[in-house]
Amino acid sequence: MSVKVTTETFKAEVLESNVPVIVDFWAQWCRPCLMLAPVLEEIASDLDGKVKVAKVNVDEEGYLAQQYRISSIPTVLLFENGELKQQVIGLMRKEDLIKRLGL
Amino acid sequence: MYDAIIIGGGPAGTTAAIYLQRFKKKVLLIMKDMGALGKTAHIDNYYGFIDTITGPDLLNRGIEQAKRLGVEVLEDEVLSIDNFPDFKVKTINGEYTSKTLMMATGKTQTRLKAKNFNNFVGKGISYCAICDGFIYRNKKIGLVGNKEFMEEELEILKNFSEDITIFTNGMDLSVKVDKPVVLDEIQEIKGNEVINQLVAGDKTYDVDVLFMAVGSPSATDFALRLGAFLDASNNLVVDDQFMTNIPGMFAGGDCIGGLLQIVKSTSDGAHAAIAMNRYLKNMNK
Repeated sequence: MSVKVTTETFKAEVLESNVPVIVDFWAQWCRPCLMLAPVLEEIASDLDGKVKVAKVNVDEEGYLAQQYRISSIPTVLLFENGELKQQVIGLMRKEDLIKRLGL
Repeated sequence: MYDAIIIGGGPAGTTAAIYLQRFKKKVLLIMKDMGALGKTAHIDNYYGFIDTITGPDLLNRGIEQAKRLGVEVLEDEVLSIDNFPDFKVKTINGEYTSKTLMMATGKTQTRLKAKNFNNFVGKGISYCAICDGFIYRNKKIGLVGNKEFMEEELEILKNFSEDITIFTNGMDLSVKVDKPVVLDEIQEIKGNEVINQLVAGDKTYDVDVLFMAVGSPSATDFALRLGAFLDASNNLVVDDQFMTNIPGMFAGGDCIGGLLQIVKSTSDGAHAAIAMNRYLKNMNK
């Protein structure tokens, strides 16, 4: 299961997480984002306990989107120990995404 | 309502249309031009032709064959596709709906020769107004293109910002627009982490984003808008039935990658048509 993250909860849920966190920047009107959602849910269940999947709605959380210079969605960021490790832009298959994220 | 709309009149699309027609399906083949094969002068490795045949000649034979068998062939350009729940295909001159769709649009990628272009793809260079336009509300938008596809994207972008400049990148503008137009070729993209300027014709323009809508939309452009999977080489991803991750949307030929050969494209077309026929049968159950 993925968790919804807001500007308020970002620090606790993402930066202070004790497992790596995949953060998905998405929006309801973005068709590729909607197609990526089930891919991320699969990753969340495949890697349950090892990786957390967090979702940021760019419409609601403009500050976070700006903070991480999100210029195209879907954009997926990987955080480890509070640090940004990877950035992957665009819709892709599960195996391609896992490879690009280095998981 | 068509059973199948096939976009692309090359060997993959035409073969699929012929097969589907022979399965007694209502098929519409939409083709814009002759694609990559139209530029091929000598074909000597294709089965059954004693003498050298040219690409355009082979293509015309395919189209005439399809027409003889009853396929409806439309010369038009597809501008957008929607899929709820049927496929709605909008062209320059009309709108058509269908139960299934096959993309056989060949391989075209619009990349600019401008310096640093590749570094900024996804970092301020976007191929999809409906996907990314919202992020650039009230920002300075650059839009690259020169015809109907650009016009289509412009209408979407107008919902987000007033400040839009069209860059034709050295091409002639063939549609009327009510935004400033720069006709010079784009030489360089500038920025740090994201794009903030571009240089065209020795002049510098401030832009927060550059949307690409050059020429006609490609299979990749449609895939982005519909949410179809692409691989690392921007090919459409299909399963063993030649279907994309979007139910009812099939693809074949050069736009799914692999061997860029006529023989492979005709094979894709046959496979896709058989799978589409089966899909249509199961739909009616």
